[in-house]
Amino acid sequence: MNATRTRGVRLLALATVVALGVTACSGGGREKTDESDSGGGNAPGASGYTIAFVTHETPGDAFWDKVKAGAEQAAKDEGVILKYSNDPDAGKQAQLIQSAVDSKVSGIATTLVTPDALAGSVKAATAAKIPVVGLNAGIEQYKQLGALMYFGSDDTVAGESAGERIAAAGAKHPLCVIHQQGSVSLEARCAGVKGKVPGTENIQVNGADDAAVTSTIQAKLAQDKTIDYVITLNSQVALDTIKAQEQASSTAKVATFDLDAQVAQQVQDGKIEFSIDQQPYAQGYLAVSSLYLYLKNGNDIGGGRAVLTGPSFVDKANIATILPFVKNNTR
Amino acid sequence: MSSRALSTRFLARPEVGALVAAVVIFLFFLIVAPAFRTPQSLFTVLYQASTIGIVAVGVGLLMIGGEFDLSAGVMVTTAGLVASQFCWWFGVNLWIGALLSLAFCLGVGFLNGWLVMRTGIPSFLITLGTFFVLQGANLGVTKLVTGSVTSPDISQIAGWDSLGAVFSSSFRAGDSTIWITVFWWVLFVALAAWILTRTRTGNWVYAVGGAPDSARAVGVPVVRTKIGLFMAVSFLAWFAGMHTLFRFNTLQAGNGVGNEFLYIIAAVVGGTLLTGGFGNAAGVAIGAFIFGMTSLGIVYAGWDPNWFKAFLGVMLLLAVLVNLYVKRVATSRRSSDDL
Repeated sequence: MNATRTRGVRLLALATVVALGVTACSGGGREKTDESDSGGGNAPGASGYTIAFVTHETPGDAFWDKVKAGAEQAAKDEGVILKYSNDPDAGKQAQLIQSAVDSKVSGIATTLVTPDALAGSVKAATAAKIPVVGLNAGIEQYKQLGALMYFGSDDTVAGESAGERIAAAGAKHPLCVIHQQGSVSLEARCAGVKGKVPGTENIQVNGADDAAVTSTIQAKLAQDKTIDYVITLNSQVALDTIKAQEQASSTAKVATFDLDAQVAQQVQDGKIEFSIDQQPYAQGYLAVSSLYLYLKNGNDIGGGRAVLTGPSFVDKANIATILPFVKNNTR
Repeated sequence: MSSRALSTRFLARPEVGALVAAVVIFLFFLIVAPAFRTPQSLFTVLYQASTIGIVAVGVGLLMIGGEFDLSAGVMVTTAGLVASQFCWWFGVNLWIGALLSLAFCLGVGFLNGWLVMRTGIPSFLITLGTFFVLQGANLGVTKLVTGSVTSPDISQIAGWDSLGAVFSSSFRAGDSTIWITVFWWVLFVALAAWILTRTRTGNWVYAVGGAPDSARAVGVPVVRTKIGLFMAVSFLAWFAGMHTLFRFNTLQAGNGVGNEFLYIIAAVVGGTLLTGGFGNAAGVAIGAFIFGMTSLGIVYAGWDPNWFKAFLGVMLLLAVLVNLYVKRVATSRRSSDDL
């Protein structure tokens, strides 16, 4: 017992000594700039509105970070108090909406990924005269549920436009990589691709383990040499695919949904053909702003239809413009 | 008579059932999957097996010692995140981050072991707690440090190349790529096998897992041995984390969840008893190999991916059943020998 403890202490001491010894700083790390905020904005709550923002985010997904960042910026710009909450479980998300109703917020923005499960809470909100807008998911059902407006992308449309684009480039047998089992929106994207390129094949990978993703895709590329495109549905899987492709010496091209700094870099370097961006920052920003305008001025955005924030293609032609925003984590 | 006793002794070894299962599954995929028949495929399978197998060796030792570690899966991600973000934030050489991360992981392993021994609460619960803490901290700290939930690009920081050579290099032999993790895996398995069979520590591990009270009574340092085992798991989790970091550069803070069960499955398929006191290093290695082979064999066979998990489950169940059957045959023969 004592021996172990002493050994542990000695090890820590060793690590510290090494850390102090190598004092030479190394490049490539954080760029040390003044942490100036994105600026301005009103005092929180200056407009007197409180908006509840409810999503089905699974903690740790970079995508929702951007949605949240957009919502927070809008709240700051418009002096709104933002109450963000999330739960991937449909029942718990319904409760979050219900508790927003109970606390009498001025407006609710919510994702409608499981319309049936959320219908009750959304009805409760409209019954209490609280305006609701939908975002990200639920484009088919938002009106029927009683939401006023909708901001998001249509996964099937996005998949189809990706399919159209690769079909034009000559794709015959693309591989569509699903990184989460049983996800409706991921399946819809692949189905959209398949709608335009009938030779599309789906594959399932364990998105929580990069080594497993890489070796699975590598195995698939070795098994079927006729695969000419790999469509991935998030950025990390896209990066893993590039590694797999190098290993399998495959000439298949890579295209991906979603965008982050590394993907943007690979688009610039030509390793990724294009990224299909649904502009999550805009979804968050517009959802909050539209509620603000509705409360303040009775505005209705979208002319009675869903407002599409995507698919927006990012490729070599426009990457130079978009790269700075990606690095800023807002695109 | 003596040849019979020899075969019985062979069959009673923990890894034999797994070995039989591995051969059966291997032949099965050779038959159904043409793409499986190339050396490239074998090395891809070995790579996949090594990424699970490195940590599974430690988890297997710990289970022989009668304890569980549910925090091992996320600790792999934690290890990478600590090294990567520390170096990125302070702009220091990556070796410093790697050593700091090692110290951190060993600290968590020590804490796991110390809490289990100090409180007497089952390790299942203690490490479930650590698991949640690490999972939350991975996300929370990454978000605080980088403003996003993905760790930053560290490939331009000094030390990247040398660390990459140690943890994630590969070379080509013919058409196949062989990853260094395969060699590290073999080395760790050999080391674990040596410790278990040739050293006093190995005897202690079996003793504390099989009969802790008697072990304590005959003077085995139970507390020290168990804490050491938890620290061995965290060392190997750190090692796997370093591989992931230096191969993939950026890590998603939510990754690693679920892998703790793969380690346990590899150990159990390899003949380790869930109740402790029985098992060996080679068995755990074969268990990891079965996992790698099954998960990729399904892909090489070109089967409908939606059934992936179902296939995997059936294969693993079969492996466990074969294992059990062989063990039963062995023990019944042994008792008939005694007559």
